[in-house]
Amino acid sequence: MNSVTSLFRVPKLSYRVWKVWMRNKDVFMKTYKTNFLPSLLEPVLYLLALGFGLGGFVEPIDGQPYIQFIAPALVAVSMMFSSFYECTFASFVRMYFQKTFDAIIATPVTIEEVITGEMLWGATKSLINSTIVLAVIIAFGVVPSPLLLLIPPLAFLVGLLFSAIAMCFTAIVPNIDTFNYPNFLFITPMFLLSGTFFPLTSMPEILQIVAQVFLPLTNAVTVTRGLALGSIELSVLFNLAWMLIVTPVFFVLAINLMKKRLIK
Amino acid sequence: MTQEVLVEAENLTKKFGSLVAVDGISFKIFKGESFGFLGPNGAGKTTTMKMIQAVSPLTKGKLTLAGLDVTEHGREIKGIVGVAPQEDTLDPDFTVFQNLIVYARYFDIPKEKAKTKADELLKFMQLNEKRDVVITALSGGMRRRLILARALMNEPQILILDEPTTGLDPQARHLIWTKIRNLQKNGVTVILTTHYMDEAAQLCDRIIIMDHGKIIVKGKPADMVKMHVGEEVLEVLYSEEAMSCLRQYFPDARFDVVGDKIQVFADKQRGVLAKVLEEAQFKGAVIRDSNLEDVFLKLAGRSLRD
Repeated sequence: MNSVTSLFRVPKLSYRVWKVWMRNKDVFMKTYKTNFLPSLLEPVLYLLALGFGLGGFVEPIDGQPYIQFIAPALVAVSMMFSSFYECTFASFVRMYFQKTFDAIIATPVTIEEVITGEMLWGATKSLINSTIVLAVIIAFGVVPSPLLLLIPPLAFLVGLLFSAIAMCFTAIVPNIDTFNYPNFLFITPMFLLSGTFFPLTSMPEILQIVAQVFLPLTNAVTVTRGLALGSIELSVLFNLAWMLIVTPVFFVLAINLMKKRLIK
Repeated sequence: MTQEVLVEAENLTKKFGSLVAVDGISFKIFKGESFGFLGPNGAGKTTTMKMIQAVSPLTKGKLTLAGLDVTEHGREIKGIVGVAPQEDTLDPDFTVFQNLIVYARYFDIPKEKAKTKADELLKFMQLNEKRDVVITALSGGMRRRLILARALMNEPQILILDEPTTGLDPQARHLIWTKIRNLQKNGVTVILTTHYMDEAAQLCDRIIIMDHGKIIVKGKPADMVKMHVGEEVLEVLYSEEAMSCLRQYFPDARFDVVGDKIQVFADKQRGVLAKVLEEAQFKGAVIRDSNLEDVFLKLAGRSLRD
């Protein structure tokens, strides 16, 4: 019992979390040209193939052309992918192969601050990548609502949620190949079944509930779509609230699990 | 040397599950001295270092650095300690110079000061030509020197070196030794671990030999050699006759058979062995100065640990 409560102990943090964030930002800036291109090309391909290609055979959804329906979802998907991969594969490489965390905790920065800095960076990656996707879908003539200005801050929140979940996996996997499990059992199903490419309501009711509660991309897609299309319904607020509740829980859990792994 | 205690451990204990890695050791390290931890693999040296640098929590006991308790003042302690870890923890995403700058940021060192300090240290470690090279292009010796430079960025009072020259060629080792001695002259307290006995004899004022988590002996290297194995060792090619003959000459001595050689630890005054050698003609006989390695092997035994 004691060990369970210790997993949810709220850590003490200081401004030093940003020093870890800055380390990752500095590395990112060195290679931003190579980082930039994939995040730009991927949504273009999806919009071409699914929006224009497949969209020609699809009935309008809730009065929206299909491309309008999937475009905001692509923004949300990029939030998930960029933050989840940053805090699984990339963090694992820094932790395990590069021993970067070991080097940092020999300085006045604590392990709690290292992990927090990593997750804040994951959230930042979500913000950067999804903003690029947002720019792409605007360039494709989608989206008129001024509420879209709220999407970048939302991207940070969604990014933080997926970074925290990712970091929990990073804390427990024995090796880097094990990430295939969360990738195929969690991320891929979410990518396909979170109301991204078709409305959630076309699935059996039980799956809808599962998606709402256990597949956080559903919440992210709902809120992003609401902001992009400028229609804030009660469900948008509910999904936002759910993410605001779940994020701190995984955030604290991730820090304590990593501490357990690294401090012997 | 002023005898101000800088590091004090009392009954320091570390357990990993049922394994006792450090088993209730006590020691004092004085300001300005060079203190060595020796021992075979798994003796508990690195675990002790990790506790001193406030990274690994104690299971039991008390440990203070500069009067600060490691359990409560981890952050302050890390600010005054410089660590050159055993593992290569350099950041491969950065150049040599950037490694130092990014590291300095964790200590809140202002950027301009960090740049000056980094260039100064690269010069000191003879790495200034490699300033803007990526880490992956450095040789093993250069990497060790950079790790040492990085440990000095915060101008530490205490420098912890965990096996500073393991795996290096003789030139690189001697260069690192020279640098460490330079730092000692400037008043830095050095704590190091090694399993090279010559390194300990070269660098350390006092040493502790550990085995199975316990201290088996502590003192000054030269005293230790004198006390445990005597000043000289006689080595003779092994044969039954040689052995029985040696036993007659040295009834109280300790004999060690290593490979095809008999080592005789007779603990005699310098010169006594030479006289015996003049009388009796042993095959392949050599007299040499005894060293820390003899002490180490006597106390820790010859069996492999890994």
